Amino acid sequence: MEFNQALYRSRRRSNLVGLSLSMGSMVLGLAVLLWILVVLFTNGLAALDWNMFTKSTPAPGTEGGGLANAIVGSLMMVGFSVLVSTPIGVLAGVYLAEYGDQSKTAELTRFVTDIMLSAPSIVLGLFVYAIAVATVGGFSGWAGSLALSLIAVPVVVRTTENMLRLVPGSLREAAFALGAPRWKVATLVTLRAAKSGVMTGLLLAVARISGETAPLLFTALNNQFFSTDMSKPMANLPVVIFQFAMSPYDNWIRLAWGGALLITLSVLLLNIVARLYLREKNPV
Amino acid sequence: MNVRPAPLEAGNPGMVSIARRQRFEDIFFHRLTQAFSLLVLVALLGIIVSLFINAWPAFQKFGVEFIWRVEWDIINEEFGAAIAIVGTLASAGIALLIAVPLAFGIALFLTETCPTWMRRPLGIAIELLAAVPSIIYGMFGLFVFAPLFATFAQVPLQKVLGGMPLIGFLFGGSTNGFGILAAGIVLAFMVLPFVAAVMRDVFEIVPPILRESAYGLGCTTWEVVRNVVLPYTQKGVIGGIMLGFGRALGETMAVTFVIGNANRMPTSLFSPGTSIASTLANEFGEAADFHIATLFALGFLLFVITFIVLGAAKWMLVRAEKAKGF
Repeated sequence: MEFNQALYRSRRRSNLVGLSLSMGSMVLGLAVLLWILVVLFTNGLAALDWNMFTKSTPAPGTEGGGLANAIVGSLMMVGFSVLVSTPIGVLAGVYLAEYGDQSKTAELTRFVTDIMLSAPSIVLGLFVYAIAVATVGGFSGWAGSLALSLIAVPVVVRTTENMLRLVPGSLREAAFALGAPRWKVATLVTLRAAKSGVMTGLLLAVARISGETAPLLFTALNNQFFSTDMSKPMANLPVVIFQFAMSPYDNWIRLAWGGALLITLSVLLLNIVARLYLREKNPV
Repeated sequence: MNVRPAPLEAGNPGMVSIARRQRFEDIFFHRLTQAFSLLVLVALLGIIVSLFINAWPAFQKFGVEFIWRVEWDIINEEFGAAIAIVGTLASAGIALLIAVPLAFGIALFLTETCPTWMRRPLGIAIELLAAVPSIIYGMFGLFVFAPLFATFAQVPLQKVLGGMPLIGFLFGGSTNGFGILAAGIVLAFMVLPFVAAVMRDVFEIVPPILRESAYGLGCTTWEVVRNVVLPYTQKGVIGGIMLGFGRALGETMAVTFVIGNANRMPTSLFSPGTSIASTLANEFGEAADFHIATLFALGFLLFVITFIVLGAAKWMLVRAEKAKGF
């Protein structure tokens, strides 16, 4: 049979076109990441100064000011919701990994958790508004951290479960053979073996909620003044950035860029640290 | 004659009490962790019920009609969800049209062409794109993307295609950089990493022997992906796309900054619109009484839509996972 030169060439051509387009989309993805970072750095570094960390958000039309109240508010709310969502998420993850193989409830929980992972965060804000803000107390830092916990818990649950499942079965069996009860196996053997993975999950959860804006709009609201009272409306970085970026004042927009740089850097840093930490502990 | 040693445990009351205590502790631990995992289910039920209760006045007044009423008049209290739903679906749809081919390209590159040592760093870089908070995308869209988009895309497009019959109307309207198309493009880069990550993961589960057989027959890389990898991972790919769609539907901040926030039915790709999430973000703070109920109704609709989309995505992905066995 004669070698079909035309067909061969056309196959090579479509291969070349396909692969170049694929490489092109990779380059485009990286370029967008780089572009965002460059824009953030050029605009953000100009705003970064000592005042940003020591002064509170300025009133409309006044010069200067900083983001101290928003930074502290964000740290407090994120910190508190980590405290709440760690035990809930880790224990639920333990249940799914250790007892969840045959049970229908576990399967349902896993399904729902996966959906909650991607559920629109603004709706979670609405929910917290309905149960906490409208009924008791009004807008508060507590309500804000409750909304953030709703987002953090599914992240912790799923990473904990996945990490526990990576623990070799022989480790469990060895502990059972020594006569250890199930709860001791779960807490002292598997959870301990998966410690670095669980930590990674926590770091990722923190990274996820640090930048969340939508759920805080109707829960923590905002506060122009410095406050550490969690039962009052509380300033926080994302909402301040949202308000300031949309405002007509130049110094507000400058501060918004500064805050944006701060948030992005911490979120990206947390992500990178989480990944490096995981790889160092279990080099699989 | 009995040579067996007496069973120590049976007679030893200390042993029995330890065993009993441990069994009790085990049951307690089992129930405790179960209770915590049930909390997730309770939260979901709570969300659906509380949204519905708060939305009830709106549903009571307008009935199911609320979904397709084209009206959003706060002063006269005439509300309908159609404008926001169209805006949400249109921006998310545009986002997918852009993101899916790009995500496919990235997944293909990471699994087939990329040198092994570069796979991990490049994969992480794409995952970092997913980690950038959505408000940053919003600011980027507002200050950087929209002005460029107006000058370099909207104006030329309108000039060239605006006068064409049939599709000309799509490119009408003002060219200020904001609108449905701009929101769709910004959204595309937000969901791109999610879709790409899922696609890469499902591409990796294709058994090497399938791939190698195709290469052995003399297939080009493109043909292997097109005729072996894609058909094999079909369900996972569709699952990943739907996951991206679910994400795009509920995205708030990025959309709010660039969609233009106008409560009018969009007539072209450039016309400003509003999505459910951006309506909530913009109006909830100043809303009162009945207006709040309608916003809750919007939130309820958004949650139901995303729940269905994400549920379907998850179902596809689970089936893809099960097919992995080979």
